[in-house]
Amino acid sequence: MAPDQRTLDQLSLTREEYDRIIDLLDREPNEVELGMFGAMWSEHCGYQNSRPLLKMFPSEGPGVLTKVGEENAGVIDIGDGWCVAFKIESHNHPSAIEPYEGAATGVGGIVRDIFAMGARPIALLDSLRFGPLQPTSPPEPAPGVPPQAYLPETTPEVAARNRYLFNGVVAGIGGYGNCIGVPTVGGEVSFAPSYSGNPLVNAMCVGIARTDKLVKARADGPGNLLLLVGADTGRDGIHGATFASVQLDESSEERRPAVQVGNPFMEKLLMEACLELTEEHHEWVVGLQDLGAAGLTSSTVECAAKAGTGLIIDVAKVPRREEGMTPYEVMLSESQERMLVIVTPENEPHVRELFERWELHCATIGIVTDDGVVRIHENGVEVGAIPAKMLTEAPTYVRGVVKPQWLTELQEFDFATLPDIGTSNLQHPTSNIGQSTSDVLLQLLASPEIASKRLVWRQYDHQVGTNTVVGPGSDAAVIRIKGTNKALAISTDGNAAYTYLDPYMGGAIAVAEAARNVACTGARPIGMTNCLNFGNPEKPDAYFQLHEAIRGMSDAAKALGIPVISGNVSLYNESSGEPIWPTPVVGVVGLIDDVDRVVPMGFQNEGDRVVVIVAAFLSDADKHGSSSTLRNRTPRMADHAGSEALRSGFGIVVGQPSTEVQSERALIDFLLEASARGLLQSAHDISAGGISKALAECCIAGNVGTTVGGQDYQDFAYFGEIQSSVVISCKSNDFGDLLALASVSLLQPILTGGVGGSRLVLGSLDVAIDEMREAYENGLAHALEGATTNA
Amino acid sequence: MRFAVLVFPGTWSEKDCQYVLTDGLRQEADLVWHREADLEKYDAVVIPGGFSYGDHLRTGAIARFSPVMDAVATHAERGKPVIGICNGFQILCESHLLPGALIRNDSLQFRCVPSYLRVENADTMFSSATKEGDVLMAPVSHGEGNYYADEQTIATLEDSRRVVFRYTTPEGEVTRESNPNGSINNIAGIINERGNVLGMMPHPERSAEAILGNTDGLLIFKSIVESALTAVG
Repeated sequence: MAPDQRTLDQLSLTREEYDRIIDLLDREPNEVELGMFGAMWSEHCGYQNSRPLLKMFPSEGPGVLTKVGEENAGVIDIGDGWCVAFKIESHNHPSAIEPYEGAATGVGGIVRDIFAMGARPIALLDSLRFGPLQPTSPPEPAPGVPPQAYLPETTPEVAARNRYLFNGVVAGIGGYGNCIGVPTVGGEVSFAPSYSGNPLVNAMCVGIARTDKLVKARADGPGNLLLLVGADTGRDGIHGATFASVQLDESSEERRPAVQVGNPFMEKLLMEACLELTEEHHEWVVGLQDLGAAGLTSSTVECAAKAGTGLIIDVAKVPRREEGMTPYEVMLSESQERMLVIVTPENEPHVRELFERWELHCATIGIVTDDGVVRIHENGVEVGAIPAKMLTEAPTYVRGVVKPQWLTELQEFDFATLPDIGTSNLQHPTSNIGQSTSDVLLQLLASPEIASKRLVWRQYDHQVGTNTVVGPGSDAAVIRIKGTNKALAISTDGNAAYTYLDPYMGGAIAVAEAARNVACTGARPIGMTNCLNFGNPEKPDAYFQLHEAIRGMSDAAKALGIPVISGNVSLYNESSGEPIWPTPVVGVVGLIDDVDRVVPMGFQNEGDRVVVIVAAFLSDADKHGSSSTLRNRTPRMADHAGSEALRSGFGIVVGQPSTEVQSERALIDFLLEASARGLLQSAHDISAGGISKALAECCIAGNVGTTVGGQDYQDFAYFGEIQSSVVISCKSNDFGDLLALASVSLLQPILTGGVGGSRLVLGSLDVAIDEMREAYENGLAHALEGATTNA
Repeated sequence: MRFAVLVFPGTWSEKDCQYVLTDGLRQEADLVWHREADLEKYDAVVIPGGFSYGDHLRTGAIARFSPVMDAVATHAERGKPVIGICNGFQILCESHLLPGALIRNDSLQFRCVPSYLRVENADTMFSSATKEGDVLMAPVSHGEGNYYADEQTIATLEDSRRVVFRYTTPEGEVTRESNPNGSINNIAGIINERGNVLGMMPHPERSAEAILGNTDGLLIFKSIVESALTAVG
């Protein structure tokens, strides 16, 4: 009997997809089978909309051992017999409903993806997005500003819920990560009204392994056995994968049962047991796979599909934590902290003994077969049978790419209408911006977007493992690898305002900024992962954003020579019909050959020289090969496209951000060369808040002032977010060499100065470090005031 | 010198401690699973940090029943050194090898921050490489590090110089702000009456290498090694 629309909706299957299932099976699916199709064909597992687009990413590169999509995470060789595995993943929808558990299990899931490879997790990073923490008034439209440019109002009730979500998510990440002994070393926290009903929680995990100890998630060898290890299976999280692939609305609270509950203690035991198995008894393991979205269904089906084998699973053999569970519930449960281990029959007793020593349950639930069909049994009776490949080859959709008209209006905003600080027309109707350059800087430093996130990361153990050379609060975290002289630099980035204003450029800038952050420490970017958080792809605007952002990211990754080795897609991020800003989050990992040469972010010594460097863009003519001219770039008002100063000062998001990835490459190569030659005392990326804010951070971090100058630019332009630029400092006798190197790298020094004193002086800007630190360190706490503490 | 570094289900600082002892101080250090009932061959015991048994019920409450804890008691009775760090301190309190208890931080949140420890007593086998009044940096990383005991116990600890480390400012001043968890009298580490069992919340193994920014913590491990050598000599 054909299911009704409500059943199909619950599984997020369309009527057309249902008909296709009948065609494929040549019969009607039963309830178990339909549930399995629903989960596997969801965007979350099946990448229905994104798969065709993800092919744009460059997946090849030097040292790539495991490519994107092949395994639980991508892997890159880093020499000396070591390799690094990493991936980022979203847990957005569960965190919107139940912030603590949603975020906690997001951490748990990504950690399992890494140790499922046989790699020991050594670092976690979290990229978080929330709605505003404080209420804002409704916008008052002004002439010359398109209505779409205004940030919507945030009511006191919405702001209070945002604070609740913020506190819950942060506590959940800490609660899980701290308990399992993997340091949380970095990430980002960002705010915009579009995330009010739909916060983003993206967790990245980095692990290392001996290259010869990697394992695969494959069910090879008919006759081999399937062992289910770890937590018992309950009814939690049923339909989690499909829940992740629908929009949130008022009834989403009813989906609370689809949110899993985490047990980090179990995860810690599971991690240690699996790593003992892969590191010390590698020959016992045929395959290892974690149970994540769509639980037993996706883990078993994927292992079989990859190996071209079939499976028989008897659900009656799955240890339960609840009575009376149906085969459907067992197959779709997303109970956390479970792993599937595939072993040869002769090694089964050894493997069981190992897990039992770690005080973990271990049950043999099935066997590998050779017919390519996944067969579900209950006490020996078949209750479902589907060819594995049918489930992994979800239908894909390619849609039209149409640029929306409203976007053109935002991009064509005339920045000449913006007032400069200290001019008479500062009384812009929507402005609440400071009257002096110093006021504007202090205001920006105190904004939650820019202010120090110390109150977040002091709740995370960022040191366990004693490898954290540079922890949170810098451009990139630096983690040394014991037993070698090497270290990894890791950064996550993604600017949604830029991506909203120009999805292609936003995607490219996310890659460029993460790579630049890593390069600032002296690390060569070796690979990237990404999490694509977008709205409903069935709507033209969201699909346009997704398509263009991926294209921009791909072009940047190619130009910078950074392979994309893993990733995750989270679509349908909408609440009450309003999509989130398109938010690609990029995680870049870089390799430092000599850990003793890590370049810090803050200024180091009085008397050092400071220079603000900008990569020149090629002129349009040069792009066509007919000229060698460079377009000089100077701080200008148009750099305020998507800037934090316009957002927090005027409540508007306008303009068209731009970057040139070839120029970015020149800047990154320059940073690497300068650090290799020992020329850099410090290096810091210029991003949100612009040159002024970057200089302020260098002063705060180093606890020493600076005076810089050059040509006179408009004061407000110093808060613009000029791309492909850094603040660096060097010993005064290296200054000539550094400038010479910059010059041959086609980079321009736009401001120069010296380190010293206790103030930041730039044009009309003149502020004491103590004042800046006060604003920077307390901004987030002030924004959270009035918050109820989470339990 | 041969150290036993204990491992309970959920412990996570065992390798960090082992690394400092072996790589930093060239001593032997074995990881010892909590089911081991015999510590006869070891000169010193380290109970490292972590979340033994996931902090279920109460921090350290389940670990105290592990077989190895009887062996730790025997080891302590013989006057050999036992150091409990973070969760190790919590387990020692639960085992009554040290007095008092560690309750929820007064912030009600986990805290991973640098803490500065003033050496209050340099005449112990855990602080002999320091001088009284020295200030050592060692990071804290815990949600339940708020040392609590009744007035009588606190008075006894203070009077008998059994408070070995106290949270202070980097300059050695006892202030409210320098106390990361609300501990009574800014107590960061205490010792038993006999002077061979120390519990401390901060992690000296995290400030024992120049590459990690500080080497103060190494002095605590060095003290154990040097005291043992002196005792033998």
